[in-house]
Amino acid sequence: MNSITSKIALRPIALGLLVLIVSTILFGRAQAGGGHFYPPVADAQTRDECGSCHLAYPAAMLPKRSWSRIMGDLKNHFGADASVDAATAEHISRYLLANAGDTGGQRYGAKLLRGVSPDNAPLRITELPKWVREHRKISDAEWRSQKIGSKANCAACHADAERGYFEE
Amino acid sequence: MKTATTALLAILLLPALLLPVSSVAAPRDALLASLAAAAKAADPAFSGFSASRGEKLHVTRFAGGKAQTPSCTSCHGDNPRSAGRTPVGKPIDALAVSVTPTRYSDPAKVEKWFTRNCNEVLGRQCTPLEMGDWLSFMIAQ
Repeated sequence: MNSITSKIALRPIALGLLVLIVSTILFGRAQAGGGHFYPPVADAQTRDECGSCHLAYPAAMLPKRSWSRIMGDLKNHFGADASVDAATAEHISRYLLANAGDTGGQRYGAKLLRGVSPDNAPLRITELPKWVREHRKISDAEWRSQKIGSKANCAACHADAERGYFEE
Repeated sequence: MKTATTALLAILLLPALLLPVSSVAAPRDALLASLAAAAKAADPAFSGFSASRGEKLHVTRFAGGKAQTPSCTSCHGDNPRSAGRTPVGKPIDALAVSVTPTRYSDPAKVEKWFTRNCNEVLGRQCTPLEMGDWLSFMIAQ
């Protein structure tokens, strides 16, 4: 009698636990977008300054050393003068360095930064090995099309890029 | 009684209605005034800004700047009332104040973009006269 009650009582508990574990895993994946979620820039000044010409790329998409390089030469920013005053630059640098893909944003950026050697500080997200792999099916003609125009134009295809989601 | 309440409401609401307008228009006026002073200092014959000179500046193709951006319209488009597009494809709010009422109300922002864009388009800094004319055109649009 005793063994029967314990059997009956155990089953729902085991089932409950199983459901909990599976949903935790699923929720975690959904939250992380299966590795395609990068927290959008949370700092207002960084979002405004970086986001006036292009999407304010999430800090987790590049390592700290890359952001240092970029912030060190804003006058020659991919062919444009993106310089800001010293106080603004200092503020933005602090945010980006603290939330980079190998610092505060590691949880989100680690996968994207796989294969980037520590002595390499890439300036372009579009040169990261994982980025190249994920976009390999897009032809040059498509990149140049009116709709996209530039590899920097994430939002042309990733409709929710501004909110941090970069699924297909 | 009802009219009194309505009148009272109107009196109370009027400043609230005017506030957002004046809070963006006042800095614009101040900016134009300081540009006018600078233009006058550069040329004593200066007699005010001209929106039509500003329009001409806006569409002129210059050779001194970057090849990809010969004129303001390269990124901002031909119609100041329409949105523009940055070289990487991000939309730019229309330049015309009638369409984007908050424009030119932050002097630091105006200065930042004149500095960057004049350099890219003209290959030099714009003069106070050019900036005042151009702003007058956009404010009138």
